[in-house]
Amino acid sequence: MKILVCISHVPDTTSKINFTEGDTKFDTNGVQFVINPNDEFGLTRAMWFKEKQGASVTVVNVGGPETEPTLRKALAIGADEAIRVNTEAIDGFAVAKQLAKVIEDGAYDLVIAGRESIDYNGGMVPGMIAGLTNANFVNNCISLEVEGTNVTATREIDGGKETVTTALPLVIGGQKGLVEESDLRIPNMRGIMMARKKPLQVLEPIATETETTSVKFEKPAPKGAVTLVAPDNLDELVNLLHNEAKVI
Amino acid sequence: MSNMYFTEEHQLFRQSLQDFLKKEVVPHIDKWEKTGTVERFIWKKFGEMGFFGLAYPEEYGGLNLDLFYTVILLEELQKINSGGFAANIWAHTYLAMTHVNKEGSHEIKEKYLTASITGEKIGCLCITEPFGGSDVAAMRTTAVKKGDSYVINGSKTFITNGVYSDYLVVAAKTDVDAGHNGMSIFIMDRDTPGISATKLDKLGWRASDTAEIAFDNVTIPASNLMGEEGKGFPYIMQHFALERLIMGINAHARAEYALEYARQYMSERMAFGKTINKFQALRHSFVDLYADMEMCREYNYMVASRLNNGEYVVKEATISKLKSTKMADEVAYQCVQFLGGYGYMEEYPMARLLRDSRLGPIGGGTSEILREIIAKMVIDKKEYKPAAK
Ligand SMILES: Cc1cc2nc3c(=O)[nH]c(=O)nc-3n(C[C@H](O)[C@H](O)[C@H](O)COP(=O)(O)OP(=O)(O)OC[C@H]3O[C@@H](n4cnc5c(N)ncnc54)[C@H](O)[C@@H]3O)c2cc1C
Repeated sequence: MKILVCISHVPDTTSKINFTEGDTKFDTNGVQFVINPNDEFGLTRAMWFKEKQGASVTVVNVGGPETEPTLRKALAIGADEAIRVNTEAIDGFAVAKQLAKVIEDGAYDLVIAGRESIDYNGGMVPGMIAGLTNANFVNNCISLEVEGTNVTATREIDGGKETVTTALPLVIGGQKGLVEESDLRIPNMRGIMMARKKPLQVLEPIATETETTSVKFEKPAPKGAVTLVAPDNLDELVNLLHNEAKVI
Repeated sequence: MSNMYFTEEHQLFRQSLQDFLKKEVVPHIDKWEKTGTVERFIWKKFGEMGFFGLAYPEEYGGLNLDLFYTVILLEELQKINSGGFAANIWAHTYLAMTHVNKEGSHEIKEKYLTASITGEKIGCLCITEPFGGSDVAAMRTTAVKKGDSYVINGSKTFITNGVYSDYLVVAAKTDVDAGHNGMSIFIMDRDTPGISATKLDKLGWRASDTAEIAFDNVTIPASNLMGEEGKGFPYIMQHFALERLIMGINAHARAEYALEYARQYMSERMAFGKTINKFQALRHSFVDLYADMEMCREYNYMVASRLNNGEYVVKEATISKLKSTKMADEVAYQCVQFLGGYGYMEEYPMARLLRDSRLGPIGGGTSEILREIIAKMVIDKKEYKPAAK
């Protein structure tokens, strides 16, 4: 089985978020980047297929050279090879077009993407690449088994789970549940040293169009001060909720 | 971070190590600080990750990497703020194992170095004695050759990993009348009859098992002699360069950690209607310390780079420890001040950092002894040469 894991290079959740160029661009200054958590769950599941079922695992990212450390980390965790499509990831559609080309050229059986990346949270790429490559698609995937070309997958649905059967070729939008947080791997020294020797191929992008343009980013309004109300002063509480917070 | 010394692989290692420490070590630190015992499982995990083998030959399971991997290991160990845990790890990896690697025979390395790299065996280095600390040559522990054995008698004190280690690297006199030339280095298993250890209570480094060790007619095979008989003193002196640089690097790293913590704290703590990082008295004090820290760090990187290139940097490493440990103590003292009463509380990191830091100018050569060495080299133009092996 040939597996492709899509790796998004995203700011660490503890990073301070700022914007530049009149609030139209994310300011990457001083920001630490990591593998998108949903992708890391998927990559870890892919490692299981590699070790237990002899699958080969390629990781791919659409982005500039600054994303290579993230791909190297994926190689250090155990992926066999990496591909970087050398273009800025501008919107979901443009990224999906680039990935669809990689998927078609590489004839992958299983494509594991994250349900969404935690930077812009578009959540569009997995569905789009399934559509563009004519593959089956399971989103919000929390468990995945493959026997030959038969697949059993579980999706998270509102308030419960749904188990589905389908077949390869398949695209999933993965998330926590594919593996648990405690299963995530920290690359050891051997992994880090081997990552240096594994192929990281840089592909030039195909011509593609973007369907959206960012006009403005806004941060949530800063939290106001906390007002404490004495437990026996319910009138004051109602007054504040009504007149100041205007929620009742 | 300086790109002059650190490549992308170094950074990947640093990140991986940070993730590992956060996940596997930090949750246990408070417990280990209380019990004075670093549990075994973590040594095994360090071994599995490959962290003990950074600087050692591939033949014995190591990775034979440049010294900047070691720099990263040391720095990140300081930044989880347990000088004692860090000491256990680096005393094993760079005090005990350095002697095993440099002086040990192939058989000794197969038995001890390999198991030290996997984390199955922990080592300690026993030089200091109750009557010979700074004055190393005054040691009284003896090793007398009897047929195919040596018989060791005497005592050691202040030994890091002294209680829980599996093997001991021990300096002893093989010729009591020969002064500097009468000292040799031996390796022995903890369970050899006649070895006993007592844990010592101390100001800081509380997670570390510092011990007094007694040797009562301890009989070991003659093949446990490491290197040549009588060469112990030059071997010890030779490795002091690395040891001192390590303590210099530890010092700049804990100072960097303390300053970063204080910087963040000062940007949030309010007094007189503003955050305290707006008070000029604190700003200037902070900047002076920051500048000293950065001077030490860059100097230490330069020394590490030269040591990595095979230069014998005994003077520079001595300067590194002298200056960096003093700077770190000043930073620790002042960072407690920046935090006010919170600096004095155990729930905040500065209290532990202050007491852990205090060992810097004492262990591995006191500042007074270091000044003596530098004075001999700079004023008297004395030259120190590496030992033969
Ligand atoms: C927590 C801890 C861990 C340690 N771990 C180890 C270890 O793993 N292995 C090991 O072998 N040792 C270890 N040591 C020992 C350490 O290296 C010694 O404590 C140190 O070398 C000083 O020796 P001393 O304690 O005997 O002090 P002393 O030599 O008694 O010194 C007392 C004072 O006299 C000063 N002094 C001595 N001689 C001179 C001189 N010629 N000129 C001017 N001043 C002088 C000293 O600077 C000091 O201020 C450890 C110590 C501690 C506290």
